[in-house]
Amino acid sequence: MPTSVKRISPRQRSVIGTAALFLVPAFLVLGIFMFYSIYESFHLSFYDWNGVTIDKPFVGFDNWKTLSGDARFWQALLNNFKVVILSIVIQLPIGMLLAFFLDTVGKKANVFKVVWFLPLLMSSVAIGFLFKYVFDPVFGLVSPIAAWFGGGNVDLLGNPQVALFAVIMVICWQFIPFYMVYFLAGLSSLPIEVYEASIIDGATRARYFFAIALPMLRNTGINAVILSMVGSLKYFDLIYVMTEGGPSGSTELMATYMFKNAFNTMKMGYGSTIASAMFLIITLTSLITLKMMRQGGERG
Amino acid sequence: MKQLILMRKIRQASWIDLGLFLIITLLALAWLFVAGLPFVHMFLSAFKKQFEIYNNGVFAWPDGLYLDNFKAVLTGGFIRYLTNSIIVVLISLFLILFISAFAAYVFSRLKFRFRNPLYSIVVACMAIPIHVTLIPIYMMTQKIGLYDNIFALVGPYVAFNLPLSIFILTGFMMDIPSDIEESAEIDGCSKIMTFFRIILPLSLPGMATLGIYNSVNMWNEFSFALVLTQKASSRTLPLAIWEFQGQYTANITMIMTVLTLTALPMILAFIVGQDKLVKGMMVGAVKG
Repeated sequence: MPTSVKRISPRQRSVIGTAALFLVPAFLVLGIFMFYSIYESFHLSFYDWNGVTIDKPFVGFDNWKTLSGDARFWQALLNNFKVVILSIVIQLPIGMLLAFFLDTVGKKANVFKVVWFLPLLMSSVAIGFLFKYVFDPVFGLVSPIAAWFGGGNVDLLGNPQVALFAVIMVICWQFIPFYMVYFLAGLSSLPIEVYEASIIDGATRARYFFAIALPMLRNTGINAVILSMVGSLKYFDLIYVMTEGGPSGSTELMATYMFKNAFNTMKMGYGSTIASAMFLIITLTSLITLKMMRQGGERG
Repeated sequence: MKQLILMRKIRQASWIDLGLFLIITLLALAWLFVAGLPFVHMFLSAFKKQFEIYNNGVFAWPDGLYLDNFKAVLTGGFIRYLTNSIIVVLISLFLILFISAFAAYVFSRLKFRFRNPLYSIVVACMAIPIHVTLIPIYMMTQKIGLYDNIFALVGPYVAFNLPLSIFILTGFMMDIPSDIEESAEIDGCSKIMTFFRIILPLSLPGMATLGIYNSVNMWNEFSFALVLTQKASSRTLPLAIWEFQGQYTANITMIMTVLTLTALPMILAFIVGQDKLVKGMMVGAVKG
């Protein structure tokens, strides 16, 4: 064997062989269903195609031009951001307070914990249907409750002015337990010595919570914000089941708009354009938020 | 004694503390009501006759133990949806756990040139929204003739649960001390053998937690199931609600029965293994 060739030790060769062998299944699956699919989504966005015909006319940037002037899409994007902001503003503080309650009361509050956790176990579809009937103006739960307070029949989902907020409330109902358990884990991971020291120094439970525990859970909070944001941007199931984006587009989200274009009206090309735009928007937003949060974290 | 401690605690607490605790307790009770009421509504309605809601109002107790709704749903194809869901989840879960354990072993134990970039790619995949891939995967499924077959769901389910699973298992395997393997290697064990003999058995607790998280996710998955299957006999549980809704549009109590039956397996699992399930569900929280 010529000595000039850089020799790879047999040991290293066996490492590379094993690595390749063990990584092939994972990257095969990711390659087909993720990398290729994303590429194909962008690719299809340049065609005007219904998904059935053999003829697939190339239209260049036409779909993208249509998208940039599509008021319905921008409405959907705006709605997505409303969901993002309201989810963070409502879910995180309530989740935090509930976690504080459970942390303070301890094991005795197990009934609370169990009931509060239930929504997280149901599928979004089931929750969507359940609340469709809870919100039903005639046979639901909202109208009778409104009647006790002297109100009439309330049609939350049929009114474009409030439908989005009604749906966001359901989303909060679904995910508050998640943040509750998340913050509860955070609270109980804080060292007990910190609590003891603060009590010895005369802090009350409330002061401990607001002045000591909350600042210490900063990173947990940042993670929760990012989780909530990414989740809200791709939200789909529940809204599709409850309103299909209606009435008159008031609850339309990017994902429901994409879905309806692609699978209800069979505009696969334009659907792919919306999907690709969605991908770009989510990636960009996540990157920017991550960067901002990191910088804020370094300063703080 | 207990009361004495409580009294002392209350005396120690300031007014602000007490006020805050009062507000939080009120919130807790309010949330108990808000979180629980829809479930109570769902369970009670399932035992009502179709017209009871119309006649007695939604808040009334059921007139009697009426079980015909359950009979109708259970004999109306529900079992088929249930078996479909179980088959898809089991097959996908098996694949996810094995494939991710293989990959996690590489990322946590083997040193080679492209390890970190490859790992970054896997981690980045966690942020990919499924809706970007929905149309291409639909096309692909049509092309290979798997459309409207429950096995069409396995591929996408494995793919979308893989990145997080690899990420979690890599972290888990990194925490396994490496001296056992080193001595095994000195004894002549190959990398592949150490994986199967040592790392895999020691990773089982991590895989169990991960399995719970993935199962709940797939059990409730809707978008792929809606797009890739069409006939009732090849649809999964989340779609059962969809199908029954088309069938019994005006029959609210029947829909509530379907909802109760779909929620039941998860709620039973929750009762049996509360802490494990909570822990499993929180695995997803690392995503940020």
